[in-house]
Formats: sequence, structure tokens, C-alpha cells
Amino acid sequence: MIKIWSMKKNEDAAAKKRPKTSAAQIRVQKDLTELDLPSTMKTVFPDPADLLNFTLTITPDEGMYKGGCFNFSFQINNNYPHEPPKVKCTQKIYHPNVDLEGNVCLNILREDWKPVLNLNSVMVGLQYLFLEPNADDPLNKEAAEELRKNRDQFLYNVKASMRGGAIKGVQYDRVAV
Amino acid sequence: MAAAVATNGAAVAADWPGRYHHIDQVLDTPGPRTDPSFQAGDEVKEFLRDKCKILVIGAGGLGCEILANLALSGFKDIHVIDMDTIDISNLNRQFLFRSKDVGKPKALVAAESIMTRVPGVKITPYYGKIQDKDEDYYMQFNLVICGLDSVEARRWINATLVNMVDPENPESLKPLIDGGTEGFKGQARVILPTISSCYECSLDMLNKPTAFPICTIANTPRLPEHCIEWASVLEWPRVHGDKKMDTDDPEHIGWLYKTALARAKEFNIEGVTYSLTQGVVKNIIPAIASTNAIIAASCCNEAFKIATSSAAYLNNYFMLIGTDGVYSFTFEHEKRPECPVCGGEAVDLTISKGMTVDKLIETLVERQDIQIKKPSLSSPTKQIYFQAPPQLEEATRPNLEKPVSELVEEGGEITVTATSLPFSLSLRIHYT
Repeated sequence: MIKIWSMKKNEDAAAKKRPKTSAAQIRVQKDLTELDLPSTMKTVFPDPADLLNFTLTITPDEGMYKGGCFNFSFQINNNYPHEPPKVKCTQKIYHPNVDLEGNVCLNILREDWKPVLNLNSVMVGLQYLFLEPNADDPLNKEAAEELRKNRDQFLYNVKASMRGGAIKGVQYDRVAV
Repeated sequence: MAAAVATNGAAVAADWPGRYHHIDQVLDTPGPRTDPSFQAGDEVKEFLRDKCKILVIGAGGLGCEILANLALSGFKDIHVIDMDTIDISNLNRQFLFRSKDVGKPKALVAAESIMTRVPGVKITPYYGKIQDKDEDYYMQFNLVICGLDSVEARRWINATLVNMVDPENPESLKPLIDGGTEGFKGQARVILPTISSCYECSLDMLNKPTAFPICTIANTPRLPEHCIEWASVLEWPRVHGDKKMDTDDPEHIGWLYKTALARAKEFNIEGVTYSLTQGVVKNIIPAIASTNAIIAASCCNEAFKIATSSAAYLNNYFMLIGTDGVYSFTFEHEKRPECPVCGGEAVDLTISKGMTVDKLIETLVERQDIQIKKPSLSSPTKQIYFQAPPQLEEATRPNLEKPVSELVEEGGEITVTATSLPFSLSLRIHYT
């Protein structure tokens, strides 16, 4: 067997034993403790000992969704940050970029995810969807259509849906605060 | 040949004359590039054949080749782990398996298959996950060879072997040889945990899996793949709720295929087939038998050289690109100083038994050689103090008053993260 240990002696700096904490855990610790969120966003941990599953609450203070309170579940697996976190809206909301099952169309959550991005970038991206809903990348096609064709009607629908109303036969969850 | 197979039932204790004739050419005489520590002759042969214990992770495309190569080059105590069972589609290249073996665990069949063909080799199979085993298990081997198809499993074994290195114990350092193939491309590498670049150091070299924008899938599919992704990402959870999709279940794949096909029809898209459906949801890249053979040969060659010191081993990354002709390139992948697994700094810190967490944080902030602001601390099992988010800060705040010794044992680790640190810092705590 080759004598590897002799090489080791010359590298004492690296010789320290590393902790058992997983790379994903350390990265999540770093991301979470360095979150710089505006007062419109809050994280809630159902189990504070579990850093990998939590909820983000967004209460926009401007734009068309002002007055609503929106919840997103975050699920992070052990391949983070190689894989993006799984994010879903836990309420049924009327939004061009969120479908009725809670799937979110945000580029950095799928095709444009890179490990240099972090939880802060995802959260800021989510909030941006409420300030600037995007009719060009629709997940709720009817909402997108309305936004493009008749902004006033869209705004009216948003307000109605946030109060728990029905739009075109679809009942939305009440999210108004 | 027939005679050798026939005699195998009873264990053949002694090797027949000339069995290792070709290999002995290498082991009997030092060459111009052999390591100075090389002991030509009986000593090295005895180590290879009687003492060396090697672990093979994966008994699939690469694993079958690796097991055969190792057994034939004189390794006699081989262990193999695989969590999979044999599928009919494996049979074209995983040559240790036959049609009658379909459905059986790969590790068991592979071990049996080698042992009936190569007399005197003992293969100990384990049918299960590598994560089932602990450090004591991995500590028994001299070498580990991986023929895996998942990034996650590689990261796990890499981190485990790096973490196992104990500065007080030379035996704790286990060379890791990692092989990988993807179609006509492949790589083989030698990782000396904590000494050379580890798997995690090179994670940024990976191609990211193809992901389509979810809005394209939902609204403007143009490719058969878009229809399949629609069926698996959006329709499956909508129709089946929380029921988990099992990509190995033919019924689930059948449902996805039917759903994707209907969608393709609606949008006039051609090309959705059952096998494409399976390929897309399982992220399958066609496996090429000859690529596996080349990479496995390279891995076993390295294992042989490291076990015997008969020649200089790979330093440390060999890549093969067989898509246009045969191109290969060997280079030294460098350690990444900020690698979360093998890099970073570890600092020994001796404090008094009564020092509180609050005081420890103050000490860290004051230290010139660390230079951090607002550090957050955790041990491998619990959070000690988090600066943010508010809920976790509040939950961990009571710890500030507690002595560190109540939360971390002697010699225990604390992981420190802070904005100013590129990754993290690890502290080893000792008490006066």
C-alpha cells in the first residue's frame, strides 16, 4: 500500500478533522442567518430544530397585491445548493405566475438556478412576483390574459380573489389581512 | 477453462502455478518509476492477495466491470454494496447478470457470479444503501472504489471518508477512486481525503440537469419532453395529490406516458414514447458498455497501483471524451480552499468550563486571526445561537447565558457562519 500518510505530515493546516455537519446544513445555516428581509417578509419554522422545512410569509405593502398575506412552503434537500429549494404557494391564489396547485413560475427556482444564488435571492424573487406580476410567463393563463387585456378588471379580480371570492367559477382562498 | 470452473465449488486454497504470471511481472521487479517504498516480490503479493480489503460501491454498469477486474488482478477480499435490483434493461452490459436474475439484488448476484468464476476470491455483498453503514464499517477497508450513478451518493461517501480522517490515526485515511460515465464520456479520479481535491471541490464542474421553464411546460409546449415534464411535474401532483411518483413503477410510467401522449396530440407534437417518458423522468442518459469498460479499467488500474505501490498513481483526474473519436485528458484538479467538505479552516479553541456562549461570541469577534462580525453558531446536532431570522434568534437566545460546556462536549465541533466568511469556520472546543 502506498504511503499516503507521509504526504499528510506536510499539510498540517488541512489535517484538522472536519465537523459532521453536512454541507447542505452548513450552507442553509449561512443562508438563513444572513437573510436580509424587508418587513414585508417573515420566515416561520414549524419545528425550529429543522432548518430544511419552513414557511415564508409575504405581505406586500405596495402594488396590486397590497393587503394580502401569502404563504410559501420551502423544502430543502441534502443536495442544496446543487439543487434549488422546492417552493410552493400553500394557498389557492389568483396570480398569473402561480397555478391553482401552488406551483410558482420563477426562473431561478428551475431553469436558472445556480448554487451561487441563495435563499435570500429566492425570497426577493418571490416578492417581486407580487409587485410585478408577469403576463408573459403565465401559469394561470386566464389571470395572465386578463392582466394583458384589461388591467382594471385584473385588479378587480385580484381584490375579489384575495377576499375569498370566485373568479370564472374558481373559488380562491381568503388571503386578505 | 471448463476444468477451472468445475473445481470451483470446493474452495481452491492454493493458487495453481502460473495463475498470476502476467501480474507477477509487475510485482517481482521494480521499474524506473516505481515508488521507493515498493517491496518487490512476496511481501507485496502477500499484501495484495491476503491482506488488502477493498470496497466496491455500486454493482451496476461500472461495478460489474470493476468486480471482474479486481478479482482477476489478484484482490481477494472484496466487499460490494448496491441498493438496486436487476432490471431487464441492465442485461446488455451488466454481464454478471442473466435473465433468470431479473428482480434479484445486484450486489448478491454479482458476488455469487464472480465467486463461481474466479476461484479463491471472497466477495461479501451488502444489499442496501451506503448510508446504512457507519464509520466503523468503512474503517475496515484499505481502499474504496465507486461506480455510482448519483451525485448524492458520491457526495455522501466523499464527505464520510473526508470526515473519517483522524490526525492521530494513519489508518483512517482511505483512498477513494471514483469512476463515472455518461454516454460516451467518462472520468476516473483518485481522491486522497484531506490531501488532494475531493469530490465536493469539483461540484461546479457538473453539468446542470436540463430543466424547462415551468411556464413553457404549462402553456407553450413545443417538444415531446415538454409534454412529459407537464405530465410528471404538474399533472401527477394535481391528480394524485400527495402520492409519491415512483419512477421504477411501470404503472406510474404508463400513466405519465398516456397523459403526456394526450397532451402531445392536443399540441400536435410528435415523438412521445414510453421509453422517452421513462428517459425524461428518470433523467436517463444512454449507458455505453465500452465507456464503462474503459473507466472501470482505469479505476482498477489505480487501485492496483495504490495497493501495491508498483507504479505512480493518477494525479488526480482522468477524463475521457469518446463522442468524436477518442480523446482523453489528465490533469490535477486543485483543492478548493473554501470547499465545504475538505477545505475551510478548523481552529482549536481552549476555553474555561464556565465560559458562556455570549462570551465565546465576543471572543470570536475580537480575535484578529478570525475577523468575523455577527457569527451564528451550531453544533452537528443543534443550533447554539443564530443571529437571524428573528424566530430562530429568539429560540436560541436563551443559550447565550449558558456555559458552552453544557452544549458542546470536550473535543466537540462548532460550525460558525458569518457574512464575512466565504463559507464556514469550524471550531474544536477544549476545556481547561
